[in-house]
Amino acid sequence: MEPIQDLQWLLSLGTFLPLVGVLLMLFVPKKDVDTAKTIAVGTALATLAVGVYTALKFDYGQSERLQFFTSNSWIKPIRATYTIGLDGISLPLYLLSMVITVVVMIYSWNHVPPPGNTKAFFILMLVLQTGMAGTFMAQDLILFFVFFELVLLPMYFMIGVWGGDNRQYASLKFFLYTMFGSALMLVGFIALFVVTKNNASDPAAANFSFQWFNENGPDVARNTAVWIFAGLFIGFAVKVPMFPFHTWLPDAHTEAPTQGSVILAAILLKLGTYGFVRIAIPFLPQAAVKWAPAIAVLAVIGIIYGALGCLAQTDMKRLIAFSSVAHMGFVMLGISTLTDLGINAALFGMVAHGLITGMLFFIAGSVKERYHTLQISQLSGMLKQMPRMGWIFGFCAMASLGLPGLAGFWGEFPALLSAWSPAQVLVSNGHLDLFRILTTISALGTVLAAGYLLWLFQRTAMGEPAAISVGSAGHDSHDIHDVNAFEWAAWTPLLIAIVVLGIVPKLLLDLSDPGVQLITEVFRK
Amino acid sequence: MLAFSSPVIDYHALAPELVLSAGLCVVLLVDLFVPDHRRWITGTLTGLFLLGALVPVVTLAVIGDDVRSSLSGEGVTGRYVVDNFALVLKALFLLTGYIVVLLSAHEIEEGHYQGEFYVLLLSSVLGMVMMASARDLVSLFIALEFLSIPAYMMAAWKKRDRKSNEAGVKYYLLGVFASAVMLYGMSLLYGVAGSTLLTDIGKSVTLKGDRVGVQVLGVVFVIVGFAFKVSAVPFHTWAPDTYEGAPTPVTAFLSVGSKAAGFVGLVVLVYLAFPQARDVYRPFLWVMAALTMTIGNLIALKQTNIVRMLAYSSVSQGGFILMPLAMAFTNGAQETSLRAVIVYLIIYAATNLGAFAIVIAVSRKTRSGEITSFGGLFQYAPGLTVLMTVFLASLAGIPPLGGWYGKFAAFRAVLDAAGGWGYTIAIVGAVNAVIATAYYVNVMREMWMKPVPDSDVTPIKVYGSVQAALVICGVATLVLGVLPGLIAKVGAITDLATGP
Repeated sequence: MEPIQDLQWLLSLGTFLPLVGVLLMLFVPKKDVDTAKTIAVGTALATLAVGVYTALKFDYGQSERLQFFTSNSWIKPIRATYTIGLDGISLPLYLLSMVITVVVMIYSWNHVPPPGNTKAFFILMLVLQTGMAGTFMAQDLILFFVFFELVLLPMYFMIGVWGGDNRQYASLKFFLYTMFGSALMLVGFIALFVVTKNNASDPAAANFSFQWFNENGPDVARNTAVWIFAGLFIGFAVKVPMFPFHTWLPDAHTEAPTQGSVILAAILLKLGTYGFVRIAIPFLPQAAVKWAPAIAVLAVIGIIYGALGCLAQTDMKRLIAFSSVAHMGFVMLGISTLTDLGINAALFGMVAHGLITGMLFFIAGSVKERYHTLQISQLSGMLKQMPRMGWIFGFCAMASLGLPGLAGFWGEFPALLSAWSPAQVLVSNGHLDLFRILTTISALGTVLAAGYLLWLFQRTAMGEPAAISVGSAGHDSHDIHDVNAFEWAAWTPLLIAIVVLGIVPKLLLDLSDPGVQLITEVFRK
Repeated sequence: MLAFSSPVIDYHALAPELVLSAGLCVVLLVDLFVPDHRRWITGTLTGLFLLGALVPVVTLAVIGDDVRSSLSGEGVTGRYVVDNFALVLKALFLLTGYIVVLLSAHEIEEGHYQGEFYVLLLSSVLGMVMMASARDLVSLFIALEFLSIPAYMMAAWKKRDRKSNEAGVKYYLLGVFASAVMLYGMSLLYGVAGSTLLTDIGKSVTLKGDRVGVQVLGVVFVIVGFAFKVSAVPFHTWAPDTYEGAPTPVTAFLSVGSKAAGFVGLVVLVYLAFPQARDVYRPFLWVMAALTMTIGNLIALKQTNIVRMLAYSSVSQGGFILMPLAMAFTNGAQETSLRAVIVYLIIYAATNLGAFAIVIAVSRKTRSGEITSFGGLFQYAPGLTVLMTVFLASLAGIPPLGGWYGKFAAFRAVLDAAGGWGYTIAIVGAVNAVIATAYYVNVMREMWMKPVPDSDVTPIKVYGSVQAALVICGVATLVLGVLPGLIAKVGAITDLATGP
C-alpha cells in the first residue's frame, strides 16, 4: 500500500520541536525559574498545536495508509533510513503523548518535587516528549530503536533525582531491566534484518524500513522466526511490563515523582504494547501464532497477579501501580488473540489506560501533597474534606474498573470477548479451549478490579476525615484544600476524554480498525 | 648480486611521519632554551605539530583513493603503504595525541620535565601513525616498539609516586615479554613463508601441508603479542595497575591510542596474513572476546576507584572490538567486521577521552580517584555532570549517543557471520552490554543523586585546554550518535590495500 506523502515536514517538526525548547532553556540562568517554565510550557503547547494540526490534516478515510510519510537516507552503510509516517494505529498514541506532556507540565508549574531544580526537570520532560513522539512516528527499525531508548535516561533521572525515599534502588532497577530487554531486542532486530536480507531475491534492496519487514518478514522460516521473536518479545515485554518481567514497575511507579508516574503509565508502557502490534506480530506472523498462547497465558497471569497484588497493598500509589500490571494484562490478552477485535481493543485499552491511570497517579500525587502520606490506613474522609477531589477520584476509580460508558470499558470488555473466539489460525492449532479457559479466568480479574478499586475508594474517600489531617482545634490542617486551578487545568482535558471516549468509542475504533485489519489478515485463514 | 638500490621515497605519502619527526627534534631543542616559566610552549608546539601532521593526511585523502607505497623499489614495495584504511587511522591517532596534549597541559608535573614528556608523546604517536601503514612483519614490529617504549616511560612519569613507578615497571616488563613472544611467533611465520610481507604470509599460512604445527604456533604467538597491547583477557593483568598509577592523561592515551594501535595490528594481521588460518584465530579470538567482555565487566562492577573502573571498562570494551574480528572471515562478514572495528575504535576514542577529561577536571578539585568523590557533582558542576553522563551513556551504548552505533556495528557484523559462533557471541555481547550499564549508571547515580561527600561545593575551575578537549569529545560523541553515517563509510574492505 502506497503511503501518502504530503506535509512531509510535519511529523519531524512535531517530534523535534521540544528539543528546540531544550536548547533555548539551556541559555536561561538557573535562578530565572519562571522564564524556564514559560519556555517549557510554551514549547509543549506549540508541540501540541502541531499535533492537533496533524490530526486535522489526517485523512480519516484512508487511515490504514501511512500519512505525512517521508523517507530519507540516514545511515547508508547499514541501510537504516529516516522513514516516518503515521497511520490510524499510531496517530492516537502520537497525539496522546503530546497531550500528556502538556498536562503534566501544567501540573508541574507549582508542583516541582524536591530537590527542586525546576529547569532540569522541565528539560527532562521535553526530551521525553521527543522520544515518545519519535517512537510512534518511526517507520524504520533503527530509528524506532533510537527513539525507544531515548526515553530511558530522562526517566531514569526523573525517578532517581526527584523520586521518593527508595528512588536510587527503583531507578537502577528500571534502568537495568529496560537495558536488558533492549539489548536482546536489538540483537533480534539485526538478526531479522540479516535473515530477511539473505532470503530476499534482491539482497541489495534490503533496508531497515518497516515496509521491508512487512513484505519480507513473513517469509522467514518458522523456527528462525520463533527465535527472533523471542528477542523482540523480551524487549517489549519488559517495557509493557508482562509477568514475569514486571517487578521493576511497582518500584519505579511508587518512587517516581507524580509527573514521572503519569508519563510512565500513560505513554512509556505503551511503547511495549505498540511494539508488539507494530513490529513483532506483523513482521513475524508465523512466530506470533506460535507465541500467542504463551503470551495469552502470561497476560492472564498478569491480570490475576496484578489484581491480587492490589488487594495486598497498603500504599495507594503502589496499588495503582499494580493495577497497571493487571490492565496491561488485558491489553496483551487482546493482542494475543490475533483478531481485529482483540487488537482494536488493545489499542483502545492503551489510550484508555493512559488517560485513566494517568489521572489516578495525578490524584495520588495531590493526595500525598495534602496528607503527606499515601498509607491507605491513615487516609479517610476525603469526600468530606475535599469533595471535588474525592469525586474525581471516585470517577477515575469507576473508569478504571471498566464501568460501561467510560473509556476503560472499551479496552477490557472487547478484549475478553475476543479471547473467547481467538483468530482462526489459533483455533485450527487447537488452542480454542486454552483461550476459553483464559477468558473465564480473566473475567474473574474484572471482578477483582472492581473489588480493589472500590475498596480503595471506600477506605480513603469515605468515612470521617483522617486524624492526621485534623488540627488540634478540630479544623482541617492548612495543607488540606480542594482541587486548585493548576490541577483543574491539567485534569479537565483528561476527564473529558475519558467520558467522550467512553460514549463514542467509534472515534478511536474507526481510526485503528483499517490498519488492524491489514495486520490480522493472515490470521483469519 | 646484492647491489643495494635505494628505494624511491614518496615524500607526500610519508609527510605525516616526517612532520612528526621534525616536531620531535624541534620540541627537544626548544625545550633546551626556554626558561622554566615558559615551558608551556613545548606543549603548544607539540599540539601544533600533531595538527600539522594532520594536513598531509587530509591532502592525501582528498587527492584520491589511489594506494601508494611510501617506499618503493626492490624489496620494499608494499611494506609501508598509504591507503584509506591507513589514512583514517592516522587521523584518529593524531587527533587522539592532540587531545592528550590538551589534557596534559596542567597535569604533568609543572616545570622541569614537560619538554621530555611531549617528546615521548610525539614519538609514541609517531609509532602509532606508522602502525597504520605497516604491512610487513618488520615494519609492524618497529611501529609497535616505537609506540610502546615511550609509553613505558610516560606511565612512570610521576617520579616520586610509587604507584606510578609500579605502573611503569609492570607495563614495561609485561610489554617486553609480549614483544618477545610475538617476535618468536614472527620468526616462525617468516620461516614458513620465507617472506615478511603480510600478503606473502597470507598465501603460505594455509594450515595445510608440512609444518602445520609451526604455522599454528606462529599465528598464536603473534596474536598473543598484540593481545597484551589491547589488554585482552587473560593478558590484561597489567592494565588496571598501570592505568591507576600512571598520570591520568597518560592513562587516557594508553587506553585509547595504544589500544587502538594494537587493534590496528591485529586487523592487518587477520585480514592480510591469516585469512586462511581461520581455524586457528577464530576460536582463539572468539574465546578471548567472550572472556574479555565478561571478566572485564565483572571486575569493573566491584571497583571503587574511577580510573580503575574505567580501566576495566576499557578492557571490556576491547572485547566488543575483538568480537567482530573473530568472525571476520565467516560467511563473508569481512566488510561489516572491518567497518565495525574501525567505527568502534573512532567512537570509543572520542567517548573514552572525554570521560578521562572529566576525571582530570574533577580530581583536580577533589584530589581523589574514588567514585564517591563524584558525589553530588550535579549540584556544583552541572555542565561537567551532563557531559560525563553523555560519555558514560555512550560507553554503555545508549542511543542517541555515539557508543550505540559502535555496539550496533559489532552486533551487525557477528550476526552477518551467522551460524552458532556468531549467534552465541552476539548473545554474550548483549548480556555484557547490560552488565556494563550497571557500573556506568553507578557513577551517574553518584553524580546526580548522592550528596556531596564533604559538603564542599566550591565550583570547579576547568582549564581552557581541558574545556577544549571536552568540547571536541562531547560534540563528536553526540554527532556520531545521531549521524553515524558520517563515519560509517570508513572501513570498506577495499580500503585495506593488499598491495600497491
